[in-house]
Amino acid sequence: MNQSDFLKVVLPFKDKVFRLAKRLLVSTEEAEDATQELYFKLWRSKEKITEYKNVEAFAMTMTKNYCYDRLKSKQASNLTLIHSNYKEKETSLDKKMEYQDSVNQVHQLIEKLPEQQKIIIQLRDVEQYDFEEICKMVDMKPTAVRVALSRARKTIREELIKKHNYGVS
Amino acid sequence: MELANIEKLIEKYLDAETTLQEETTLKNYFTEGSVAPHLQEYAYMFNYFATVKDETYTKTIELEPKKSKRINFKWLSVAASVMLLFSVFLGKQEYQRHQAKKQFEQISKGLRLLSSNFKKGENAVAGLYTYENTVNKILK
Repeated sequence: MNQSDFLKVVLPFKDKVFRLAKRLLVSTEEAEDATQELYFKLWRSKEKITEYKNVEAFAMTMTKNYCYDRLKSKQASNLTLIHSNYKEKETSLDKKMEYQDSVNQVHQLIEKLPEQQKIIIQLRDVEQYDFEEICKMVDMKPTAVRVALSRARKTIREELIKKHNYGVS
Repeated sequence: MELANIEKLIEKYLDAETTLQEETTLKNYFTEGSVAPHLQEYAYMFNYFATVKDETYTKTIELEPKKSKRINFKWLSVAASVMLLFSVFLGKQEYQRHQAKKQFEQISKGLRLLSSNFKKGENAVAGLYTYENTVNKILK
């Protein structure tokens, strides 16, 4: 497998890798480093890649594992404390701003979810993978994936409603 | 799409039982303007999912770790080993010189001791000569 073949296979999902990394690592810089590191790894194991039927799922699993490792390592745990990538919530009378705020709120709500639910909601609701692929990526049974996803969606929704009711009253 | 249908889909969506196609339907409904007020929170969610998907990795991907770094390390180790060899060589030379100096000092000290002792002997012998001379004078 030469370089151009390799790139043809792996480049289409670089954004997905990056977004998943960012979902887990929060900081853009960390996510960029993770993406770059992942591609080093893929390139090093390029011989094995040809054996995989679904390189994309394999790459996503690798991304997930790599991010977990990063989160476990001390360096990254310091980093998670400093992050502030989402926009600050502003008090604005402008309806459009308020709307934007609410959209940003979703980001913060997802951030509070357990890691596993974060990954699943990222893979399903953002990247729109089908369940079979998600099961492969996270190495879980379909029912477990569905339960986690359902929980994540319900949590986000309830939190949103809570926040908006506070705003009203 | 009529509201009743959307509500049904939402119900399924929360239980994670919607298909990708149905989710696309929901997404289209919630991102395209007029949303029923009691479903407003879903509009936030779907809009968020849509905006997040626009984010892309903008840097170029490299397949080999930066080469310059590696080469630097290689040359650094070469330079370090050369320096080490050189300093060992210099150190050895210096040590040899030091050793030679020490030897020289020891030898010269020994010689000096020898010469000073010789001198003592010479003085004694010179004394003997004067003694002999006076004896000769007297005897003559």
